[in-house]
Amino acid sequence: MQALYAQLLVGLINGSFYALLSLGLAVIFGMLNIINFAHGALYMMGAFVAYFLLNLGGINYWWALLLAPIIVGIFGMILERTMLQWLTGLDHLYGLLLTFGIALIVQGLFQNYFGSSGLPYAIPDQLRGGMNLGFMFLPVYRGWVVVFSLVVCLATWFLIEKTQLGAYLRAATENPTLVRAFGINVPRMITLTYGLGVGLAALAGVLSAPINQVRPLMGADLIIVVFAVVVIGGMGSIMGSIITGFALGVIEGLTKYFYPEASNTVVFVLMVLVLLVKPTGLTGRAA
Amino acid sequence: MKHSISAMLLGTALALGAAGGAAAQDKNVKIGVLTDNSGLYADLGGPGSTVAAQMAIEDSGLAAKGWKLDLISADHQNKPDIGSTIARQWIDVEKVDIFMDVLNSGVALAVNNIVKEKNSILIDTGAATSDLTNAQCSPNTIHWVYDTYMLANSTGQALVKAGGDTWYFLTADYAFGHALERDTAAVVVKSGGKVIGTVRHPLNTADFSSFLLQAQASKAKIVGMANAGGDTTNTIKQAAEFGIVSGGQKLAGLLLFITDVHALGLKVAQGLNFTETFYWDLNDGTRAFSKRFSERMKNKAMPSMVQAGVYSGLLHYFKALEAMGGNPHDGAKVVAKMKEMPTDDPLFGKGTIRVDGRKLHPAYLFEVKKPEESKGPWDYYKLVGTTAADQAFRPLSESVCPLVKK
Repeated sequence: MQALYAQLLVGLINGSFYALLSLGLAVIFGMLNIINFAHGALYMMGAFVAYFLLNLGGINYWWALLLAPIIVGIFGMILERTMLQWLTGLDHLYGLLLTFGIALIVQGLFQNYFGSSGLPYAIPDQLRGGMNLGFMFLPVYRGWVVVFSLVVCLATWFLIEKTQLGAYLRAATENPTLVRAFGINVPRMITLTYGLGVGLAALAGVLSAPINQVRPLMGADLIIVVFAVVVIGGMGSIMGSIITGFALGVIEGLTKYFYPEASNTVVFVLMVLVLLVKPTGLTGRAA
Repeated sequence: MKHSISAMLLGTALALGAAGGAAAQDKNVKIGVLTDNSGLYADLGGPGSTVAAQMAIEDSGLAAKGWKLDLISADHQNKPDIGSTIARQWIDVEKVDIFMDVLNSGVALAVNNIVKEKNSILIDTGAATSDLTNAQCSPNTIHWVYDTYMLANSTGQALVKAGGDTWYFLTADYAFGHALERDTAAVVVKSGGKVIGTVRHPLNTADFSSFLLQAQASKAKIVGMANAGGDTTNTIKQAAEFGIVSGGQKLAGLLLFITDVHALGLKVAQGLNFTETFYWDLNDGTRAFSKRFSERMKNKAMPSMVQAGVYSGLLHYFKALEAMGGNPHDGAKVVAKMKEMPTDDPLFGKGTIRVDGRKLHPAYLFEVKKPEESKGPWDYYKLVGTTAADQAFRPLSESVCPLVKK
């Protein structure tokens, strides 16, 4: 029973990465209608930016949490301005292929210069060590990841669903021409939204840097699972992607305990089941 | 009339001579480096293996003697099906004579079969599974650098002797992990230890916390990592986080490469024990080669034992070809010649190739230095023990290889 609690908690930790990443994907899909396959590469860039900030600029983890999302977010906005915006109104497939190509190029470039084994990034001193919870040893850093990503997820949900700005955004997705008629700069808002989604990916990257090696392929390995999470949760649903992110982390954690060999397939099995029963995803609305 | 008959005879003789000469003097060789160029093992083999092969071609001096040596390389993406397709294409279309590197045991076992069927040559320097020279041994394959039996024997025995008598295995769930776990477990039990449990994780896993918690709960003295590359570095890093080592358990890296240690940094990797058959800083010969190698690498990396094996294996292959006076394009024949000749190169020293295809050389037990002991980049290992060449690998008496006559 103790082991079970531990696995639940560990699942929650992984779930927070899924939640942060799928949230970014959901925001981008919901507002821009783009299936952002470059998300994994941007997550990886977040981790690399944190590494460079520390090793080249002496800038610590805490600043990296703020700066890396901004830097990668700006990179994302440049992508949107120069490439993605021309795809408005075209079939989803074009956006998917374009962003997939971008991901391959970015990952290839990083791999060319930094190899595949990756670079070390240490846990910040303030978050070192761990505490004994009785049923498991919880590293402080992992606890921090869960709490921090929960806060970020809820804040993003609040921003989009409950504020004036979020209302404009949602309206702009629904009917861009009408919103523009009210004097709102819709293209700029879309660019900023893409920047926000990308920033969330980069933030997840910084969070994961001390846990995993900072590797060029860290995102490629993760992104497929995250897409499954988004599909299960319902494309474009903000709260849906947050909840499914955490829930699937927990389910995966339990699988690692009961039947470890299937731990990287279980998410896809669930995806198939959900699609069979409810093709719009658990919280998705019919298009 | 007489004149024309003699002319015809002369002509026939010339034609025969030319044909015979061409067969004996075919000096075209095509070398294929089949490896993981982009995945989790790319740093320990990958592009570096191609660099090592290129260096072997240059250092052999065969080009000056009229040989034509071609080199191609491909990425098998750690997938046996892709590796098999490339292997067939290389043999049938590209006319490749010899396969080098072929890391990843799953891919290696698949290519091993194709190479045997088509009478080509495989010098495997990257895959770990000891089956390549045991149940799956072949007259066309030489296993050059290391294998799971040797790793288990050296690292496993040393750790049990040092008091680590209860083991829990974290195993990569494919041919390599299974072989390494099986061979190590056998050594542990033979040395008087006990295996308490095992958990098998999928290849290329990012998060090991669930598995580490299970290992922690087992209370085994040794957590044996029967995985490699990125999987091992992530395990070690996260084990530190979960307080595995500070809690009194010891991590055993059953297969670690210098590129892994470099990626982890000494702060995390210090104190780890593991076995390799090559280290760049062993002697003048290894240092000279490694310096030249590193200058040609984009990230200035030192060679791993897999890459060093590509260089060493190819040099021996070239020597055999030279001794035969040409390339007969007959895999089994060349391999038989290679087994006849003793090996000698600056990287692995003097050695031999056994009848089952096992290349013999000493195995070194290393310990990773503490950060303050390291004098500079890539100065990572302390030598703590050496197993002689004839002791390091599976004895022929235990072999089930059909090539071994009993």
